[in-house]
Amino acid sequence: MLSIEHYLILSLVLFVIGVAGLMLRRNVLVMLMSIELMLNAVNINLVAFSRLHGSADGQVFSVFIVVVAAAEAVVAVAITLPFLRNRGTVNADDLDLLKW
Amino acid sequence: MSVLHTILFYFFSALAVASALVMITRRNVAHAGIFLVTTLLATGGIFLLLQAEFAFALQIFLFAGGAVVLFVLASSLARLEVTRRLPGSQRGRLAAAALGLVLAAQIGFAIVVGHTSLRLPAMQSARAPKNTEAVGDALLRQFIVPFEIASVLLLVSMIGAVVLARRRA
Repeated sequence: MLSIEHYLILSLVLFVIGVAGLMLRRNVLVMLMSIELMLNAVNINLVAFSRLHGSADGQVFSVFIVVVAAAEAVVAVAITLPFLRNRGTVNADDLDLLKW
Repeated sequence: MSVLHTILFYFFSALAVASALVMITRRNVAHAGIFLVTTLLATGGIFLLLQAEFAFALQIFLFAGGAVVLFVLASSLARLEVTRRLPGSQRGRLAAAALGLVLAAQIGFAIVVGHTSLRLPAMQSARAPKNTEAVGDALLRQFIVPFEIASVLLLVSMIGAVVLARRRA
C-alpha cells in the first residue's frame, strides 16, 4: 500500500531535477521548462496532501499554481521572442543588453 | 486493486523521472519540450491515482496542452540552434550538482524525520462525492476572491504578452 511518502519523494526528485536543469542549462527556453517542472513537482505534493486530508483545498491551490505557471510561461516566451529576433540566440549568457 | 495501484504508481513515477532527466540533458530544445510533455502526462497519471480527476484534466489541458505547446512553438521559431555540448563550466556543473544534492538531502531529511508515513485513505467508490464538484465548490465559495484575481492575472499576462511580442512597425 502506498503512503504519502511515496508521493513526497517523487515530488522531491522531480523538483531537484528541475533545479539542476535550471542551473545547468543556459538556453532560456529549457530554463523555463525546468521552472515548469518544479511547479509541477509542487503540484504533486499539494494533490497528495489534499487526498490525505480528504479536503479539496490542496487541489484548489494546485489550480492556482497551474494558472500562475501558464501566465509565467506566456510572459516569458513573449519576452524571449523579441530577444530572439534581435540577437538571434536564446542563450542566457547573451542576455546582456542592459549591461553598461 | 492495491497491487495494481502500486504498480501503476511506480510506472508513472519512473516515466516522469526518466523523461525529466532526459529533458534537462537534451541539446535540442524541441526534444526537451517533447520530454517535458511526457513528464507532465505521467504526472497526470499520478493525479488520477490520487483520485484528483480535476487536477488531471487541468494538467492535460493547461500544462501539457497549453504551456508546453507554447514552448515547442517558440523553439521552432528559433532557428533550432543545437548546442555542441552541454554548456556551462565544470565549476558551474559541480555547483549545480552540489546544490541539488544539498537540497535533496534537506527535503529528504524532512520527509524521513517528519512522521509522514501516513497511509492514504482507501480508494473511494464511484458513488462518493465527485472530485470535480468538491473542487468547484471550494473554488467558487471559499476561494472566490483569489479565483477572480487569478482571472485578472491571466488577462493581464495575455495583454502583456501580445504587447511584448508585437513586431514594431
